[in-house]
Amino acid sequence: MQKALQNNGGFILKNILDRDVPKKVSSYTNLEPYYGSSNKDIIKNNDKLIDFEEVLDKLDIKDGMTISFHHHFREGDILLNKIIKNLAERGIKDLTLAPSSLTNVHSDTVIENVKKGVIKKIHTSGLRGKLGEEISNGLMGEPVIIRSHGGRAGAIETGRLDIDIAFIAAPTADIAGNVSGAEGPSACGALGYAAVDARNAKKTVAFTDNIVDFPVKSISIPQRLVDYVVEVNQIGDPSKIAKGALRKSVDTPPKNMIVASKVAEIIRGSRYFKEDFSLQTGSGSISLETISLLKKIMIEKEITGSFLMGGITSGHVDLLENGLFKKIFDTQSFDIGAVESINKNKLHLEIDASDYANPFNKGPLVNNLDFVILSALEIDLDFNVNVLTGSDGVLRGASGGHSDTAFGSNISIIVAPSIRGRMPTIKESVTTVITPGSDIDILVTERGICVNPKREDIKEDIRKNTSLDIIEINELKEKIESITKPANSIEFKDNIVGLVEYRDGTIIDVVREIK
Amino acid sequence: MSRLRRSMLYLPGNIPSMLQDAHIYGSDSILIDLEDSVPLSEKDSARILVKNALDNIDYGDIEVTIRINPIHTDFYVDDLKTIVASKPDAIRIPKSETAEQIKKVDDLISKIEKENNIEAGYVKLMPMIETAKGVKNVHDIAEASMRNVALTIGGEDLATDLGVTRTKGSEEIFTARSLIVMAAKAADIDALDTIYSNVKDIEGLKKETKLIKKLGFSGKAVIHPNQIKPIHNVFNPTEKEINEAIKIVNAAKEAEEKGLGAITVNDKMIDYPIVERAQKILSYAESTSK
Repeated sequence: MQKALQNNGGFILKNILDRDVPKKVSSYTNLEPYYGSSNKDIIKNNDKLIDFEEVLDKLDIKDGMTISFHHHFREGDILLNKIIKNLAERGIKDLTLAPSSLTNVHSDTVIENVKKGVIKKIHTSGLRGKLGEEISNGLMGEPVIIRSHGGRAGAIETGRLDIDIAFIAAPTADIAGNVSGAEGPSACGALGYAAVDARNAKKTVAFTDNIVDFPVKSISIPQRLVDYVVEVNQIGDPSKIAKGALRKSVDTPPKNMIVASKVAEIIRGSRYFKEDFSLQTGSGSISLETISLLKKIMIEKEITGSFLMGGITSGHVDLLENGLFKKIFDTQSFDIGAVESINKNKLHLEIDASDYANPFNKGPLVNNLDFVILSALEIDLDFNVNVLTGSDGVLRGASGGHSDTAFGSNISIIVAPSIRGRMPTIKESVTTVITPGSDIDILVTERGICVNPKREDIKEDIRKNTSLDIIEINELKEKIESITKPANSIEFKDNIVGLVEYRDGTIIDVVREIK
Repeated sequence: MSRLRRSMLYLPGNIPSMLQDAHIYGSDSILIDLEDSVPLSEKDSARILVKNALDNIDYGDIEVTIRINPIHTDFYVDDLKTIVASKPDAIRIPKSETAEQIKKVDDLISKIEKENNIEAGYVKLMPMIETAKGVKNVHDIAEASMRNVALTIGGEDLATDLGVTRTKGSEEIFTARSLIVMAAKAADIDALDTIYSNVKDIEGLKKETKLIKKLGFSGKAVIHPNQIKPIHNVFNPTEKEINEAIKIVNAAKEAEEKGLGAITVNDKMIDYPIVERAQKILSYAESTSK
C-alpha cells in the first residue's frame, strides 16, 4: 500500500486516529487528513436559541452589508424597524436594505435611517406612503431598485442580489431552527419570499414569539438553512397580518361587481376554460367576486381546474375544498381561511418565490398558468401597465408578481376602474412601465373591454361565446376623456430615484424625482 | 312595444362620481333625483350639476329620467327651466295629486321645448303617486298629459300619508298598487313600482318583484345596483315560457293559414288573447336579449 502511494508521488501523514493517509495521490492533491468529527465548519448545534442582543453581536454586521426581510406580515411587521433601529444604535452605516417589499409601517424608520446614513440603498418590490413620497422627492443618494417577486428570486439565486444576513420574522420556530409560517399568534401562512432568502443568505436568523417543542408541525423553512433562533416578546401585530372573514358580495363596490361579472364571462367563453385549467388572482374585491362567480360556472359546466395561485384567500380555499381545483400553490396567504387551510390541507401547497416566478429556474409555476387577473394604476395605448407610480408620479405601489404572471400565463387580464377620482386610467403612455404591453392581453373596466390587437384568438372567443362588446383601447380612452378630459402630464426632474428591473434583470424603466 | 322599464336606478343629483357612472350597471333607466336625496342647501348646485351631466355624459340608449322637486315647492320651476333644455327622456313628478298639476308641468315643458327648438312632446312625464289624494285622482292624472308614459308609486311617502307602517308583505299599499295599475293600463301607459329598501335582502326583493309583476307593473325603482339583476330575472320570460309562446304563435299562424278558428296547444284551447299574450312574451324576450 505504502509502496503504491509512493509510486504515485504522494506522501503520507498520520491523521488524528493515527491512520496513515496521503496528502496527495494520483490526481487528487491537497487531501486533508481527518482531525475530528467537529471542526470550524461542522458544528453540531441543535439548540440555536440565542438572545436578541447576542445574535447581533455574533453576526458581526459590518458597514455596507446587505440585509433582507420578508413582507408576509404586511402592515403588522415589527421586526424590520426593530433591527434597523438596533443597527443604527450600533453605528452601522451604508447598509443595503433588501426586503421582499416595504409597507407603510416601515416608512418612518426607513426614512430616518436613510437620512442618518444607516441605509444607503434599497432593493424592494414596492414602496408606499411617506417613504414612497420621500424617495420620489429625492431622499436617497442612490436609486431604489424595484424588482418583481420572480425577478428578486432570480437576482438572489444568480448572485446579483447577494444577501449577507436574512432576518426572518417567524410565526413559529423550534430551537433547532425549523420555521413554520402557519402556526402561532402571528401566523401568516406561506413564507414563500423568506424561503428564498434563507436558502441563499450567508447567515439566516429566525425571530419568533412562539417557540415550540421540536419539531414544528409544518416546516416552511428547514433547520438546515437557519443559523440562529431568537425569541422575542412579540414578532408581529396579528390584527394586521391576516385579514378575517372574506368580504360579502353586498359590500363589494357595485362597480367592481360589474367588472368581475365581465371577467367571469370572458373566462367562461375562453378556449382555455377547459378541464385542468389554472388561474391566479389577487385578493382584491374584483378577484374575490370573480372567483365566486367562476365557482358557479365551473359547477354548471362540470369543469375542474388544475391549480390556483396568487395571494391566497378563503375564496380560493373554498374552490379547493369543493373539489373544483386539484391544488393551491401558495407563496403568500392573505386571510385566516388561507392560513388555516395551508395548515391542514395537503392539497394546499406552500411554494417559494423561486418556484413561483423565477425566470431563470427550470420551471417557474407562472409558466403553467392559463389565466391571471391583475390590477393596474395606469395602462397605455400599447397596453403597457404601471402598478408602481401614481397619477402624480409618486412611488405608491409594487411590482409584485405582475410582470411574472403576465409573461407566464396564456391570458393576462387587467381589471381597473376607468376613472380613479378624477383621473383616467388609460393614458397615452404610462408614467412607469412595470409590465410590457406585449404580455398584457385584455383590459376590463366598468366602461368597456379592450383586447390587445395581437390576440385575435381572444377577440374571436369573446365575440363568439359571450354577449360582451369589445372596444378599441383608443376609443375607450376618448370615451373616458369625454368625462375627465385628458390628464396633464407630470413634470419630473432629471434625477433618477428608482431603477425598475424587468424580471430578467434588464432595466425596463426608471422613476425620476418629481418637481 | 314600449321601451323596457324593468329597473330604474335612483341616483342622488348632487354626487358627481355617481352621475358619471350612472349608466354602467345595466338598469333600463336611471332616475336622477333632485328631490329627497338632495339637501335644501344643495338644490341649486345639484340642478346645475345634473344639467352638465346631461350635456356632457353619453348615457347611450338608457332612459334618463329626472325626479324634480314637488309642485308645491318653489324649486320645481327652476328644476324644469334648468333641466328640460338638456333633453332628459322623462321627468318624474313627485307627490302628484291632481290632473291640474300635471298640466301645469306639461305647459311649462312645452314652453321650454319651444324656446330651445326641441321637438314638441320630446320630454315625457311619469307622475308619481304618493298620497291618498293622488290615489283618489289617479285616473285623471294618468290621462292628464300626452307626455305621460308611466305612473309610478312612492311606497314610503304613501305609507306616511296613510298613517301606517311599511311592512315586508306590503299589504298597506296593495290597494294603491292595484288602482295605479288599473289607471295606467286604462291610459295605455306603464305602471312602475316603488323601491325595496333593504338592499341586503335579495330574496325579499325577488319575492316582492314577483308580486308586483303579477299585479301588472312593468318594473321597479332600485336604490342599489345589486338589485338590478334579480329584478330583470323576475321580469324576463323563462325558457319554458318562451318555448310555450313560440308553440302558440306558430299554431295560431298555421290555423290562420288553414282558415281554422279555435286551436289547441298541449290540450288547451287557444284563443286570441292567449295568442296576443304569447306574442308579447316573444317581443319582450327579444327586447331583453339586446
